[in-house]
Amino acid sequence: MCLAVPVRLISIEGSVGKVELSGTVMEVGLQLLEEAAIGDYVLVHAGFAIQKVDQREAEETLRFLNEVFDVMGKRDEVR
Amino acid sequence: MRFVDEYRRARPVKRLEREIRRAADRLGRKVRFMEICGGHTTAIHRFGIPSLLPDQIELLSGPGCPVCVTPTTYIDRALSLACDASCTLTTFGDLYRVPGSDGALEDASARGADVRVVYSPRDALKFALSDPQKVVTFLAVGFETTAPAVAATVLEASAQGIENFRIMSGHKTMPRALRALVEAPQVALDGFILPGHVSTIIGPEPYGFLPQEFGMACCVSGFEPTDILRSILALTLQVVKREFCVQNEYRRAVRKEGNAVAREQMSRVFEPCDSQWRGLGLIPNSGLDVKSEWRAYSVDPPDPTLPSEKHEDCRCEQLLRGLARPTDCPLFGTVCTPDSAVGPCMVSSEGSCAAFYKYGAGGIES
Ligand code: SF4
Repeated sequence: MCLAVPVRLISIEGSVGKVELSGTVMEVGLQLLEEAAIGDYVLVHAGFAIQKVDQREAEETLRFLNEVFDVMGKRDEVR
Repeated sequence: MRFVDEYRRARPVKRLEREIRRAADRLGRKVRFMEICGGHTTAIHRFGIPSLLPDQIELLSGPGCPVCVTPTTYIDRALSLACDASCTLTTFGDLYRVPGSDGALEDASARGADVRVVYSPRDALKFALSDPQKVVTFLAVGFETTAPAVAATVLEASAQGIENFRIMSGHKTMPRALRALVEAPQVALDGFILPGHVSTIIGPEPYGFLPQEFGMACCVSGFEPTDILRSILALTLQVVKREFCVQNEYRRAVRKEGNAVAREQMSRVFEPCDSQWRGLGLIPNSGLDVKSEWRAYSVDPPDPTLPSEKHEDCRCEQLLRGLARPTDCPLFGTVCTPDSAVGPCMVSSEGSCAAFYKYGAGGIES
C-alpha cells in the first residue's frame, strides 16, 4: 500500500503523473502536492504522491540501499 | 539467519549498532519503545532489528496497523453492503480477508458479492466511471496518510460529476489514540518510534504533548533499517539525558509543517468524530467523518459506540496496546496462521502477528 522508496515522476498530465518503479509504469494523483515537475522524486501512498523528496537525499537513500544490499546480494528479496 | 549475518556487515549498520550499545550501557535499566506504524512493524521484523539490539532495549508494537484497529462492526457493515446486488465494494487488499462476525469480504465475494481489491481509491473511482449502473463504495480505512488520498478522490468525483461513487469512512487519526494509550495506566513505555508517513502529512508538532506532558522520548522514523536504528539511538539518548522531545530522523520525507495541501484537502472533506478502535475502545475525536456537504458521497459507518467483537482467544486487543506479544497468544502459529487467520493482526501484512510469523526473530531468512 505504501512505497517507502522515492520514485521519479516521468510525465505529468493535469493532476495525474506517471512514475516508474522496477520497470512498471504507475499512475499517481498529484492533487496532494503544491507543485510537481517532471524529474521530481515523490513518495507514493495509495496511488497519490504525498510528498516531494529532496533529490540529493533521495539519491543518497537509493545509494545506501545499494550499498547494504550489494553486501547482501539480495536486493530482490527486499522490495 | 543468513540475512542478518550478511546485512550486519554493512558499514552504516555496524556503526549504529555499536553506538546504540554504547548509549544503552548508560541507561542503567531496561527501556521499552513502541512503534505505531504498520510499515515499521514489518520493517523491524523483516530486518531482524530486535536481534541487533542490546538486552536493555525492548521493542513493542502498538496500534499502528490501520486494518488491525478497524473494529468488527465496520467489517460487518461492509458485509451487509456487499449483499446488495446494485453495489460494488472496493477495498484495500488487507481488509479483504479480515473476519467480521460472519466471515470476511473474501467469503462474501466467493458467494457472489461484487467485491474488488484496489490499490488506490482512484481505482475505485474508475470503476464507478466505467459502470454507472452500479454504486461503487470504497472502504476508506487508514490514518492521516490515507485520508487525504480519499478526500482528493471524493473531490475528484464531485468535479467530474460522478454520482455513483461513495466512501464509508473508517478513517482514524493518530495523536488522540496515542494520548489514550499513554493515559491508560497498564503499559509502561519510555518512548515512541513515530510513524513516517502519517508524519509526512501532519508534521512532528502534533506529538508534542508526549514529551511535554508524559516524558516520552519520541522520534519520527523512516523505513530503511538504518532509519529505524538511528531512531532507536535517538530515543535511547533522550532517555539517557532525560531530555525529551519530538526528534525528526526522517527529514527527507517529513517537513516541520507536514504537508499543508494534503491537510487542506482532508479538512475540506472530513471533520473529526468519535471513533471505535479495536483494542483501545471508543476515543473521542479520533476519527474522520464525511462533512455534510459531501454526504452524497458517503455511506454511514456503524455507530462508533458499539464495541468490537472478537474471537475469545485472540489477543489482538492486548497486542494493539502493547500488553502482549504475538507469541503470548495460544492460537499463534497453530490455529491462527496467515492462511487461516483468526484475528486482523495475522491477516494484515502490517499486523504484528503476521510479521512475527513470517520473519520470526531473526529477519528475512530465519
Ligand atoms: S495470533 Fe491470531 S488469534 Fe492470536 S492475537 Fe494474533 S491474530 Fe489474534
